This record gives sequence, C-alpha cells and structure tokens, in this order.
Amino acid sequence: MTQDHLNFIFIGLSFALYICIAVKSRAGSTKEYYTAGGGVSPLANGMATAADWMSAATFISMAGTVAMSGYDASRFLMGWTGGFVLLTILMVPYLRKFGKATVPDFIGDRYYSKLARGVAVVCAIFICMTYIMGQMRGVGVVFSQLFGIGIPAGVLAGASIVFFYAGLGGMKGITYTQVAQYCVMAFAYTIPAIFIAMALTGNVIPQLGLIGNYTADAEVIPFFEKLNNINLELGFQEFTAGKLSKINMFCITAALMCGTAGLPHVIVRFFTVKNVGAVRKSACWTLLFIAVIYLTAPAIGAFSRVNLINNLHQTSYTKAPAWFKDFEATGQMAWVDKNNDGVIQYFGPAKSEIGSNSVFQGKAPAYPVYDAPVEQRIGSLGQRLLANKGDNSNPNELWFGNDIMVMANPHMAGLPMWVISLLMAGCIAAALSTAAGLLLVLSTSISHDLMKKIIKPDLSDREEVRYARFASFIALVVAAYFGINPPSAFIAKTVAFAFGLAASSFFPTLLIGIFSKRMNREGAIAGMLCGISFTIGYIVYFQFLDGHADQYFLGISPEGIGFVGMLINFGVAFLVSAFTPEPPQKVQDMVENIHIPSGSGEASHH
Amino acid sequence: MNDDHAQAHRQACLKLVLGLLAIWFSVSFGCGILFREWLDANAPQVGNAPFGFWMAQQGAVICFVLLLLVYAVLMNRLDTKHGYSEAK
Repeated sequence: MTQDHLNFIFIGLSFALYICIAVKSRAGSTKEYYTAGGGVSPLANGMATAADWMSAATFISMAGTVAMSGYDASRFLMGWTGGFVLLTILMVPYLRKFGKATVPDFIGDRYYSKLARGVAVVCAIFICMTYIMGQMRGVGVVFSQLFGIGIPAGVLAGASIVFFYAGLGGMKGITYTQVAQYCVMAFAYTIPAIFIAMALTGNVIPQLGLIGNYTADAEVIPFFEKLNNINLELGFQEFTAGKLSKINMFCITAALMCGTAGLPHVIVRFFTVKNVGAVRKSACWTLLFIAVIYLTAPAIGAFSRVNLINNLHQTSYTKAPAWFKDFEATGQMAWVDKNNDGVIQYFGPAKSEIGSNSVFQGKAPAYPVYDAPVEQRIGSLGQRLLANKGDNSNPNELWFGNDIMVMANPHMAGLPMWVISLLMAGCIAAALSTAAGLLLVLSTSISHDLMKKIIKPDLSDREEVRYARFASFIALVVAAYFGINPPSAFIAKTVAFAFGLAASSFFPTLLIGIFSKRMNREGAIAGMLCGISFTIGYIVYFQFLDGHADQYFLGISPEGIGFVGMLINFGVAFLVSAFTPEPPQKVQDMVENIHIPSGSGEASHH
Repeated sequence: MNDDHAQAHRQACLKLVLGLLAIWFSVSFGCGILFREWLDANAPQVGNAPFGFWMAQQGAVICFVLLLLVYAVLMNRLDTKHGYSEAK
C-alpha cells in the first residue's frame, strides 16, 4: 500500500464521519441554526470551540514559527491563549447572560444606536472574511497535493464541503462535527511529537523531553544547549534569545490577546450552552483542549529544527533523503548550489557581512515554465533549478517555507506512513472546522444584524434562515475567489489587520459596555471610530504604502499597533462620554442585570 | 431581587476577576517578557530550560488553564453563596 492510498483512506474515513454527523444533527429552526438550541454540554462545546479556534495556520505554521524564531514565537503562544483568559473572565459570561445571538446585537442594544451596530457588523464581516480566505487557501493546498489537482480545483472542493455542512447544518451541525474534528487534530498533532521526543530525548512526553537532555548523540547534553550550539555554529542567534525589542514584544502580545478576546466567531460559540455557570466550565475545557496543542507546538518546533539540520546540513544532494526531493517538487523547499560542491549547506545571517541569509533574489522561489529546455529546469545532480538568481552575498543554500516543519516532521523522523496520513487528515480538519465556524458568523452577521435589524425589520424566522444560507453561499464564493487568487502576500498581511481591528474595536467597546453604566452612545462610537481609523491608517501606511521600519511609532511594528489603537479607543470613549448626557435608564438597568448570573434562559436572536 | 445583595455579589466578583487578572499579567507579561532576562539568569531552571524562556513558551499557558479552572470553581461558588445558582 502506498502513502497515497493511506492518505485517501484516512481522509475519506474522516470525511464520512463529519458528513454523517452533520446530516444527523442538522438544524431545523432559527434557534438551532444560530445557537444549536442552547443545550450543548460544556465538554462538547469546549472541544468544538477549540477546533473552531485552531485554524489551519495555527496547525501548520505555529511550530514552524517556533523553529525559526525561537523565543520570539512566544508572542503567539502567550498571545492567543492569554487572550482566551480575557475572553472568558471579562466577556463571555456577561454576553451570555445578555442573551442575544451575535456580538453586533449586544453593541447595538447596549449603545441604543444603529450606527454602532453598523460599525460592529462591518468589523465582524471584515475580520471573518480575512480569516476564511486563509482557510480556503489552506484547504486548497492540501487537496491539490493529495489528489494531484490544481489549487483552484482544490479550493472549490473544500468550499463545497464546508458549504454542505455549515450552510445547511447551522450551528448545531457544526458543533458536533467540530467535536470529531478536534479529536482528529489532537491525535494528528501529538502522536508524531511523541515519536520524535522518544527518538531525540528518550522521553515519551514531548514537553518533558524539551526541558530534558538530548540523547541521540553519544554525548548527552541539555536539549536547549544542543539547539543553541547548533544555531550559533551555523550563524543564527541563540534559540532561547529573542530578536524583537521588549516594547514591540509587549505590544504584539497585548494586541494578539485583546484581539483574540474580541473575535466574534469565538464569542458566539458560548451561546450554545445552557447557562452562565456552564459557560465558565465550558471555557475551562476549551483552554485545556487548546493547551494540548499549544504546549506541543514549541516541542515540535524545537525538535524538527534539530532534525532538519541533522538531516540536510552538509549532506550531498545525491544522498539527501527522498522527502527533501518531494518538497522540492512542490516548491516548498529549494536548494541553490552556490559553491558548486554538490553539498547542501544551511547557514544563518551571521555568516555574511550584510547580515542576510537569503538563498536567492526575491521573496519566494520562482520556477522556469514547464516547457523550458531541460537544462534550465533540472540541474546536473537532478535538483530542481530556480528562475530566481542566486544571492551570492552569503553562503546559505537551503530555502524552505515555515509550513513544512509540521508536514515534513514525520518524514524527517522516519515515522510510519499512517502517521503522515493522520497528519494530513488533521490539517484538513483544522481548516474545515475554522472555516465552518467563521462562515456561520458571517452569514448571521449579514442575515440577522444587517438584514433584519437594519434594512428589513419585518423579516420572518423562516426568511431569515434562508437569507443566512444565501449569505453563507455568497461569502464562500468570495472567499474561494480570494483563495484561488490570493492578492500576493495579502493574506499574511491582513492577519495583522484582523487582530488589530478586533483589538481596537470590539474589545474596548464590549469591555466598557459590560463594566461601565455611564458609557453612552456618543462615547462608544467616537472611541470605536478613532481606534479603528488610527489602527487601519498605521497598518495601511506600513504594510501597503511605502512606510519604512525606521518610522515606527516607538518602534512598534504594525502587528502590535492594535494595542495602541485600543488605548486610544478607551481614552476617546471616556473623554467624549464625560461631556455628553448619560445613557437612558433602561440601558443602565440592562448593564446592572447582565452582572446577575442567573436567569439567562436560552440565547435568542430576537 | 434585593439591591444590596446584587451589589455585594458584584463587588465580590469584581475582586476575584481583578485578582485573577493580576496573576494573568504577571505570569505572561511579567515573567515571559518584562523580567525575562533577570529570571533567566537568577531564577532556578525548569528542567534544563531557563525560567523566563520556559514561562514564555510553556509555563504561561499552563497557568492560564489553572486560572480558568479557579475562575470557574470560585465564581460558581460565589453565585451559590448569593443565591444565584442554577443547580439542577
């Protein structure tokens, strides 16, 4: 049996399971469509939320980021999990008590204003859209590798599967499918890590191996010492040291945390459980399930870096392992033989005078067209040649994308074929579960917040669900379009955008809405607009126009600027509300009431 | 519902939340970022990893899970004490 057959079997089985669950638990009413009827158990909701939370990017790239940047990657590890703590203790129980099905709903009612609701709807749609594009791309890439079809066909296949069970099944269908998807993801992520930890450190538990000794050589030394030595020897900085400045690290972590706490697709998940007490339990489960993967990622990252260097550095190309050639063929790794010795060398920036270790000119590898003469495509040793010119300012010859760390990990460690198939299935589960959750928020934002509450208030229940399904179809078409034609590096850049926007808009507005009775409509709207426009302006200037890193405000990169935007939002909101009239008594009573945990009833969308 | 009662409940909740947030801040921003170098050099190592580095990569996440556990237990207990429980 070949690897391909096994992949088909694993992915086919997991799909059969998802679709089975989706059909069994499809939604019948609007209540089931939006909140799964409100009776999901805390444990099941915890798993589903964890699956929803962990996107394909987290699943594939996070370990790679740790491998490449060591300590600096902690900003993602702490940022995303720490944000979940904020979400749980400051937001979700109160919003659940308030009892409306969407975030713009709360903002619209709390600030008694259609304008505030409108701003919130636009932000929600933008944040979800940004995310879902990346997911569709991820599904497309995996499918195209798997079935040997083009990426466009892969994206379309992924989109139709997501539409089938998210658009039709609603929240209820999604929730139970995500439970299954979490299980697949958790196994797919931890099993390779355990095998590798045993091989490198002799410890079964990856997290303990990481802080233990490196035992694969004759000489036993602490694992981190081994890693630091390798890094220094090859001209990289120490693994445990960071490159980012302290203030930048602080702001990026804070922006990621606050952004996470304002992500609408995670907040709505908690409307599916019975009451406020259950919300708290469910959040605790969720973070536990997330931690299983987040605590494994640093171990995978560190182990795979050692493995990669051991496998490839100073290895002659003809003796390089087969998986290297596979990744070369898909364009995820590349080798440029600068010194013509036929041996792969991997070096860091410290080995050159100008402090760079770029292998070729330009950011991504480009290849000659497929009907180019064979001597332009294939080198003398059989390696794949690039169309880019080599960068001869430094001796580094090996290029690879961050994403391969997780995917190549089992190959590097020589693990059995079924582990690789499981990993493929896990990767697809991660992309599908997040895409489905996002799609649901997008469709409810459009059908409920935009159509029913702003444009056409006399919409009936049945019509609303029809609009929601229609909206999810449109949203998918747009997402698939951008998945097939990504505006170059646009998706990676817009992630900073999504978090910055969530941190500078939803987080402060929700927070004051919950904890301050005095905050009024004028303050909230002025705060949101100032925070958002500052953040958008800063990111656009530095990411899309010609802003240069020297001009950074206090040295804060666009990734972390959402934190400053959030402070501006808070400041403006309090200032403006101090000079404008108090909110009506009804709203003040409502704020009083959401702090009383009992009597939350079922989440409704009326 | 009695207003004083609601007020007392709210105060107690707020105190708990602020306490947890203080821990949240010190384990992540404190140990992992602001005082990392000092802790790497002076605090005892975790296994073979420097303390500050380990907190940033693993310790903070573990603390977060424990924080939410404490939150769920203590908040639900507070609700019961003030008569807001919805135990079945």
